[in-house]
Amino acid sequence: MKKNLKAWLYLLPALLFLGFFMVYPLVDVLVYSFEEGYNSASQTFFGVGLYNYSYVLHDPYFLQAVKNTFILVVITVPVSTGFALLISLGLNSIKKLRELYQTIYFLPYVTNTLAVGLVFMILFKKTPYTDGMVNLLINVFGGKSVDFIDGPYWAKMFVLCFYTVWVVLPFKILILTSALASVKQDYYSAAKVDGTPKWRVFTRITLPMISPMIFYLVITGFIGAFKAYSDAVALFGTNLNVAGMNTIVGYIYDMLYGDSGGYPSYASAAALILFSIVFTITCINLLISKKQVHY
Amino acid sequence: MNGDFEKIERRAALRRRVVRVLTYAMLTVWAVMVLFPFYWMLLSSIKSYSSYNSEYVPKFIAEAPTLQNYVEAFKAVPLARYFTNTLIFTVVTTGIMLVVTVLAAFAFARLDFKGKNVVFAIFLSLMMIPNELVIITNFQTITNLGMRNTYTGLILPSVTSVFYIYLLKENFEQIPDELYKAAKVDGTSDLKYLLKVMVPICRPTIITVVILKVIECWNSYVWPRLITDEQAYFLVSNGIQEIRENGFGRENIPAMMAAVVVISVPLIVLFLVFRKKIMAGVSRGGTKG
Repeated sequence: MKKNLKAWLYLLPALLFLGFFMVYPLVDVLVYSFEEGYNSASQTFFGVGLYNYSYVLHDPYFLQAVKNTFILVVITVPVSTGFALLISLGLNSIKKLRELYQTIYFLPYVTNTLAVGLVFMILFKKTPYTDGMVNLLINVFGGKSVDFIDGPYWAKMFVLCFYTVWVVLPFKILILTSALASVKQDYYSAAKVDGTPKWRVFTRITLPMISPMIFYLVITGFIGAFKAYSDAVALFGTNLNVAGMNTIVGYIYDMLYGDSGGYPSYASAAALILFSIVFTITCINLLISKKQVHY
Repeated sequence: MNGDFEKIERRAALRRRVVRVLTYAMLTVWAVMVLFPFYWMLLSSIKSYSSYNSEYVPKFIAEAPTLQNYVEAFKAVPLARYFTNTLIFTVVTTGIMLVVTVLAAFAFARLDFKGKNVVFAIFLSLMMIPNELVIITNFQTITNLGMRNTYTGLILPSVTSVFYIYLLKENFEQIPDELYKAAKVDGTSDLKYLLKVMVPICRPTIITVVILKVIECWNSYVWPRLITDEQAYFLVSNGIQEIRENGFGRENIPAMMAAVVVISVPLIVLFLVFRKKIMAGVSRGGTKG
């Protein structure tokens, strides 16, 4: 009995924090999402039902946010994973300067997303004073200047995707280089003795051996990209709805707080919709990986 | 016959060289892409306001470097204040998190109690809960408690981390049971054993956890934005956003860049000093993207 008590005492701080800031909110968010016409100020509501969900699903801002998020996910996850694999293979095949490259590639991980996003904005932005670095580069190759920050949709989406890839790449490169380094050299030696062509070595040895890590990156990549928000804020400012570049997470926070805020019920409904999307996709990913991954 | 062999050899050598050149070219191009924004912010931050705005085609070097923008950045916005806030937030959050995590991990790893497996299973399942789902209620809770614009309101919900408890528990379990029994025979108390034996042995993991948490705290943006609207409690991320939206007036980009440099430097220095540890730590327990 005394032993039990002591163990619970050690657990107590964690239980308190988790209970108060995770378990209770989890129940509460469900409750919120079904309370219709909830008023933050008076903390009253007039009914229970699915109205919040239907409001959110019919809100053009939400639909825009869903569209933006899906485009972002579909582009950045494959591009960043593929490019990270390419770079890691390159890193793995060289000896000179390898550590230097690795250090440089990791830098974006330790930088403040908001701060560096500001630099990206300046590089891409077209102002009366200057067309910006990127546009000048485009001009050199004979293209026309585009305002990437306040201009057409595709241009804004391009910057957002580019910045997202720039931000997520360090983690992926790090994971893949260590996965590549841990493949046993014996396999490669055996392949060499047999005179196996390089492409076959890659598809038959390297790829299967690192496939668990690739799937890990794809799964976390999907989850992370669906939760994109601060990258967009860094590039386009806090008023993402006006810029037409809001994300689902951004929509949740806008509903909660700020000029358009004060609607925790709508925010909760949107959060639960996001959660079910992410959950479904993660399950699908896990199912596919069970079939494909070599352990 | 001999000539053919040489020809094949030569062709293979040439191909190897081409592949190598292409590899280095690709790696260098990306390295430049990574470094360029850093270079650009440094460069813009030492150009004077007038010279920055008069360059329609930006110059790649600053002809008359000046530190005026840094002075401006600290004078025009409470940058020093943002810094202190972030420092306090990071240190206190990490400190409390460490205590809570170590105690819980110890209970799971070494102590026997009824319902241990059930509680641990619940903990594990909490790992899958995204922050976005619980932040709504936490926002309401903190607001109702009147803790907006306080350090307490900023820190308390940021303390918990199930994943770090899991990471530490795994590590604690690798320490042989015999050590614990020997300590018990000697009459060492559990707490003393934890602090004198387990924590020192697991120092690498603890350092990993601390580093990850520090990076997370330094870059956190969403929660501080929700919970603070007084500049006196802004963290650096919110400060940067504030500067972007209504700072400095007249679109003073050089001063803005000076602020960005000042905010980016601490973590970059930390990274360059603890490079190996940080990279090993992130590959063990980090996620981003």
